[in-house]
Amino acid sequence: MKLAYYPGCTLKGRARNFEETLVVSSSALGVELEELPKWSCCGTVCSLASDDLMRQLAPIRNLIRTQEMGSDGLVAPCAMCYNTMKRANLLVKGDREKLETVNEFMDREVDYDGTVEVLHPLQVFGSIGMHPVRKKASRPLTGLKISPYYGCLLIRPSAVAIDDPRNPRVMELLLEALGAEVVDSPLKAFCCGAYLTINRKDAVANMAHKIIAAATTRGADVMTTSCPLCFFNLDSRQEEVQARYPGATRIPILYFTQLVALALDLGDSCDFTDHYMDPRPLLEERELL
Amino acid sequence: MSITLSSEKIRSRFVRKVEEISGEKIFLCYQCGKCSSACPSTDQMDLLPNQIIRLVQLGQEEALSSKMIWVCTACLACGVECPKGIDIANLAEALRLMHLRKNLDHLDLNTISKEDLERLPAIALVGSSRKFTA
Repeated sequence: MKLAYYPGCTLKGRARNFEETLVVSSSALGVELEELPKWSCCGTVCSLASDDLMRQLAPIRNLIRTQEMGSDGLVAPCAMCYNTMKRANLLVKGDREKLETVNEFMDREVDYDGTVEVLHPLQVFGSIGMHPVRKKASRPLTGLKISPYYGCLLIRPSAVAIDDPRNPRVMELLLEALGAEVVDSPLKAFCCGAYLTINRKDAVANMAHKIIAAATTRGADVMTTSCPLCFFNLDSRQEEVQARYPGATRIPILYFTQLVALALDLGDSCDFTDHYMDPRPLLEERELL
Repeated sequence: MSITLSSEKIRSRFVRKVEEISGEKIFLCYQCGKCSSACPSTDQMDLLPNQIIRLVQLGQEEALSSKMIWVCTACLACGVECPKGIDIANLAEALRLMHLRKNLDHLDLNTISKEDLERLPAIALVGSSRKFTA
């Protein structure tokens, strides 16, 4: 399977460890990701106003790049990119007048025809089926208790959800296929505080503390996520959590692709040096690294 | 809190403007409170999401000065639960935009520490600039 791939700014910067493990794991599972030439910003956050169509130009420009490549599927691993591009796509697919306005405005571009589908890697891995994934997991994550954390943007609004918005299970199924023990958390779809991490560290620490405690009190060894901002708030902001809630249990956070890479015996592609909570001692103790 | 009700206020430009920017029909709300029970940020708020809707329905412009609109992260948990199909996050966005479109920033990017600037993911900086600055 060959699909167009949109990395977005953060996977080329702070979340390189996400991109590297995504690319090698996808390839090992038979999915070839071809990076879009000349991709541009996705818009980062979806505009929720009904009167500023201009904010949809950035995500749609990337859909045009995909169309030009002749691909009908665009893989966006960052939850924020996935959400903005998926929502912009839905908006113009469902409203011909808006699509025409956007196309008229971007008159240097070819017209977007509304045929691209925005996909998340969890959907792509899901479409491969869990049986082949299980067969390829030559170094299963046996004994590792993992609590999946979805956050918001992969499952809300309902129209763009990769799974049931109230009780998503795609990560659970993947992790079970990789041999891990899944720890369900009631706060797996609770917001991490997102960009409040800039100006309201206190609010983010409060939310991260609740989310982490919900997983650790249920026995999780690690938590996993698919969003670089959730990753930052749950991982780096544990420093702030410790300062505000002394004695709070610490936990390493991993991108789900790092766990896939470990289980497929591609641990060499994992760079854990940028993690605030270093998962290596635990992974070495469990002989997973 | 005492509020003055009048038909002029309820039919005011303020209410129409919130409805226009948000694209939501705010009078559909019958105050069941499910949005507020789903909201992860209520302990940081002075007014809950359902209270904000009620204020707007009654044409009370103090909804604009609530902390709620700047604590809302548009996580959309409220909208998933609303039995009337209102996207409450769109309403918060409209109220934020009514500030930002007057060129009033909520966030001063100069206040970010050097340490944070070096480690924050780009999406945090771009996201907050988009939501909190004019």
